[in-house]
Order: sequence, then structure tokens, then C-alpha cells
Amino acid sequence: MDVLEKLTILTDAAKYDAACTSSGGSRTAKKGYIGNTSTSLAGCCHTFSADGRCVTLLKVLMTNRCVYDCKYCVNRRSNETKRAAFTPEELADLTINFYRRNYIEGLFLSSGVFRSPDYTTELMIRSLRLLRETYRFNGYIHAKAIPGAAPELVEQLGFLADRLSVNIELPSEAGLKALAPDKTKQAILTPMRQIQARNQQSREELAKYRHAPKFAPAGQSTQLIVGATADNDLHILRLTQGLYDRYRLKRVFYSAYVPVVEHALLPARDVKPPLLREHRLYQADWLLRFYGFRAQELLDEAHPDFDPRVDPKCSWALAHLDFFPVEVNAADYESLLRIPGVGVTSARSILAARRTGPLHLENLPKLGVVMKRAQYFLTASGKTADGLRFTPDSLLRGLIAAERPLLPQPPMEQLSLFAAV
Amino acid sequence: MTEMVYCYDGSFEGFLCCVFDSYANREVLTAICRDEDFIPTLFASRAIPTDRDHAGRVYRKIVKCSPWAAELVRKGFLTCLPDREIHLYRLVRKLLREGPGFLGNLSDPVLYPVARAVRHLEGEAHLLKGFVRFSDLGGVLGGEIEPKNRVLPILRGHFCARYLNEKFFLYDRTHREALFYAAGKAMIRPLADFQMAPPDENEAAYRLLWKRFYDTIAIKERYNPKCRMTNMPKRYWNTMTEFQDESYFTARSSPAAVSDPGAPAGIPAPGTLPAPGPSSPGSAP
Repeated sequence: MDVLEKLTILTDAAKYDAACTSSGGSRTAKKGYIGNTSTSLAGCCHTFSADGRCVTLLKVLMTNRCVYDCKYCVNRRSNETKRAAFTPEELADLTINFYRRNYIEGLFLSSGVFRSPDYTTELMIRSLRLLRETYRFNGYIHAKAIPGAAPELVEQLGFLADRLSVNIELPSEAGLKALAPDKTKQAILTPMRQIQARNQQSREELAKYRHAPKFAPAGQSTQLIVGATADNDLHILRLTQGLYDRYRLKRVFYSAYVPVVEHALLPARDVKPPLLREHRLYQADWLLRFYGFRAQELLDEAHPDFDPRVDPKCSWALAHLDFFPVEVNAADYESLLRIPGVGVTSARSILAARRTGPLHLENLPKLGVVMKRAQYFLTASGKTADGLRFTPDSLLRGLIAAERPLLPQPPMEQLSLFAAV
Repeated sequence: MTEMVYCYDGSFEGFLCCVFDSYANREVLTAICRDEDFIPTLFASRAIPTDRDHAGRVYRKIVKCSPWAAELVRKGFLTCLPDREIHLYRLVRKLLREGPGFLGNLSDPVLYPVARAVRHLEGEAHLLKGFVRFSDLGGVLGGEIEPKNRVLPILRGHFCARYLNEKFFLYDRTHREALFYAAGKAMIRPLADFQMAPPDENEAAYRLLWKRFYDTIAIKERYNPKCRMTNMPKRYWNTMTEFQDESYFTARSSPAAVSDPGAPAGIPAPGTLPAPGPSSPGSAP
């Protein structure tokens, strides 16, 4: 089998993993090595695929052979699909040559469980070592820790990679039992705990010794599948918050479940992936990480799912109209962040700008405030927009209309268009 | 004070000299234009000679007032903002008159157009860090871009660090200049015409591998062209491997490529840098 065919099979098998970022890396250029990963805080997208997702890393599996039989997965043992495996040399050669041509920022290496978690992890370590030491690659590497692998192997993996991740996939233990009988919650959480502890230790060592080796310097992330099980948004968001609080995760990714198999326990093949729900979860995820929101503020037992019509921040604002309007010349940073249409950048710009003099409504768009949403929730020097009259009902309609053009409208014909490409 | 139109040679130093001379001559400028774009108007005009000493004095003064303002002026000069010189001139005037306090207010009428143009420049440069595609031309990496702003000085540091031990060049089709890097030295030089050499077999193979990877990684149930276009506007697609037609992926051994591997027309042989000439107008003093 030639490399082109292997690449096709192993990319196709890896594409359902949502994570593809190079953020948080801090490898400065080194003499004799190729690459650096210190472009900026935000990471660097090298292209966007036809589904609009960022492609930063060469995202492939080491092999798609797997001893597990997770019901939701394309690579499960019982699935009739072509199997392939990269040799470490092929993988290193692809990575270096893609990197030299600026196609990618680095490698995202995951794998099916071939023979055993330990054996698979050893294979991955061998490939990454070859890439780092023989090919002298100094770019970004994201490696997947296989649940159940020995702690010593996870440790070795962490010193070669910038970021490690362990995918939780199913947000509840019941779902795990039903759909992934070979995995246990414990097997997933153990490496996560280990990675967190080792990362912390490495940071402390670095503070003492400048050349101490770095263990997964870009931290760890995970992925949750949305829509394969009956878990509601509240459950997923609480889990997310727990992961950020207790495991210090850098990111939690959500992956709308794409039905790949007919199974009694799973949504039918013709069910569309819940993309809007995934979008709302990402919006809420940002609110948790950058806006100081807590999960219980956004959802509660009475409203366990997000409103599909408006985004979570607008939803919160509509339920807390007594908090508004916020006066932009007086409010603190945390209150500014609560205004729909004001983000981290524009809130900071407001703080800086109002030191030079009072702000008026006409200043706000130039500071990055999206007035279409924000106009209902703020005053500037005591004034609201001219002729702005609204009731809670018309306010909701206004907010829905403001977001509608930004959401994808999925007409049926588009699938056939894609097939022609 | 009288109102004037100044003409300069198009270099950054030349622009700083316009600022210097406007103060020396006690004149307020209504327009600053490059010598070749000058159209006689009702306003009196003056051709400003470039004096590195004067330029340095103006630049050091701006840095002393506010290092960030100096960065804005330096980067603002690279943007595609229409009449950027007069906008930058007004920014410098306000800075010298009022001090750096107003720089905190991004909605300031003098600062806003410059800050927005610089944001556009930086955004474009950030996207291009990812969207630039290089081809291996017999050991030398070569790439082409079509940016709206003059991003090469911004991209220089990034790509030089990334390809520390490589030799590469990056050609800017819009502004007809190129960034060259070899043996730890980088320079930006004007380059009137440039044709990329066709790929050899090895290069064609990796292009095809990348195209295949790109086509495979998309999930067809999630097809969302609007989202892709928002994140990656079509004007970048022209120079990206994954959007080229079939001929781009077939190896062709043209006579030129065989006789002089890796050296497309107008590019010196690998390992040598072009002879030092006048510094590119984009580079800071």
C-alpha cells in the first residue's frame, strides 16, 4: 500500500476528532532544528476544510486497527473498513515535508488501539522520538494518550509532545457502559489526573532549573461527543466546568455526533448531526473560560438545554433584565463582559478609552462593540440609541434577527454539491 | 502657516522627512504623495529630498513620545489605507501637540483610521502565516502571495525563525517585491517579474498528498462553505496548493528547471543573496 492510500485511510479515520489547534505552544526556533511554535497566543490555521473547520495539524491515526468495539466509532473492531498503519519513517517524512511547505503547524497523532494500549503508545513514542531526535523537528505535536496505557509510557509521550489529550467522548458513565463497553471512566480519568500532576511538577521544576525538560507545555484537552447519548446540555456544561476547575484542562472540544453506523442504542443514520447544539455549547464554553460565567448561571434544572434561537449570553441577559442597562462609563470589567455584543477585546478598549474622556454611543462601534445586540443592554453617558423602544417580546425577536444571518442555513441540495467535488 | 502638498520618494525615511520639513517650514500639509503619483493641484507643492538624519530625528522623537505610536506609524506605512501618508502625518502631529494620552482611545478620529488599517494589516499577516504555501525547488523553498497590504516585513521574523536552516524566498505579487532568506540573513528587494518554476516529481507528489489530505479531512455531513469562506476569504485561494487545478499536481521537467534546478527566472542561484541595493521602502530606519 503506498503512502497516498495510507494517508487517505488514516485521515478519513481521524477526521471526527475536533481538536486541531496549535495554541499554547512555546517552542522558539533552535539552531539545527526545523520549526517554531511561538507565532502567537491564538495559534495558526493553515487552511479551512470544506466543513469550515480549521486545519492546523496533520491529523492522522498511527493505525486504524483497533481491538475495541465502541459502538459510535468508525474504527471499531466489527466495522468492515480498510485498515492501514504508518511506519514511523513514513509519518516523520510526511510531517517534515508538509511542514517545510508550510501546509501544517505540526502533527496531531492519535491511534486505534492496536494489540494493547501499551503497545500502541510505544509505537507512537517511537514515531515521535524519530521525528524529534532524528528529523530534528521543533514544531507542534499533539499526541493522544490511550486510556489504559502504563503511566511510564504516558510520561515519555508527554516529554515529546506539546499537548496531550485523552478523549472522554461520552459525557456520562451510563453512556460509556452502553456504547463503549471496553472503556471505563476510571481508565479515562487516571491518565488525565497523571498528565495534570506531571505538568504541574514540570512547571515547578522549570521555575527552579531553566533547562528542566518540559512535560506537555501546552497542557491537555479532551473531547465530548454531543448527540450520541441522551445527556442534556446542563450535564455536559457541568462536566466541562469540572474539567476546567479540577483538571486544569486547556480546552474541552465538542463533536456533534455524525451517525456512522446503524445501532439500536444510537441515533438513526439519517439523523443530521446536531451542529447548532454544538455551536451553542462552544459559545457557552467561551463564556466559562473568558467571561467569568459559571455553568449554573447559564442553565438549571428547569432549563437543562440551551435555547436554539439565541446564544447563551443573550439568553442569560434576557433572564436578567434587571441587571441592565449597564452604563459603559461606570461599569467594571466584569459587568461590561456581561453585555451581549461586548467581548473581551471591546471591554478592554472601553476601559482604556474612557480614561481619556466620557464615551458616547457613536464611539462604541469603533471600540468593537456590536451595537445590533448591545444597544438593548447599555447606556453611554446616560443615553440609549435614538428611538429605541422595546418590550421583552420584541427584544427577543430583535436578538434572533440579529444572529440569523450568522448561522448556517442548511438546504438539502448542498450534500449533492459536495459529492461532485 | 500655509497649506501645502509634499512629494517624496516613496520610502519610509522620505515620509518622515516630509514630517520634519513641515515643521521646519512651518507648513500644514493637505496631502503627501509619492513623486510618481503627483498631479499638480491648486495647492503649492514642494518636493522633499530624503535625508536619513532628519528621518532618524523624527522617528526617535515619536518613539520617545510613545513606542506604540512609533509601531503604528511604522506598520501604518505598510498598509493599503488610501492616503495613508496624510493619516499618519496627522497622527504624528497630534502626538507632538497633545502627547500620547489620546492613544488610549481607539475611537479617536485621528487614531481610528490608522489603528483600523494596522489591524487589517496584522490580521492579513496572521492569516498568511498559515496560508502561505512553499514549493521545494531543488532545495530552495519558494512561495508567492497576493496580499492587500505589504506584509513581508511583518512576516519576515516568523518565517526566518521557522526555516532557520533553510533557504527560502517569498514573492509578493501585488507589490512586486520579495523576501529572501539564506544563511541567517534576510532581505526584502523589489522584483519586477517572477515566474515560479514547475514542480519536479518529488514536489508534485507532496502537493498531491496535501490535496488528498485536505479533501479527506472534511466531514461531508458538516459541509459549510459559508463558514469556510468567512474564515478563509477566496482572495487567498489563488496561491494555495489545495485549490489549484490538475496541472499543478503533475511534474513537468521544463528545460529551465533542468538546467538550473531551484532557480526560477529572476531568482539568483541557491545559497547566494542578491546584491545589496537600496533598502526596500517598507523597512524601518
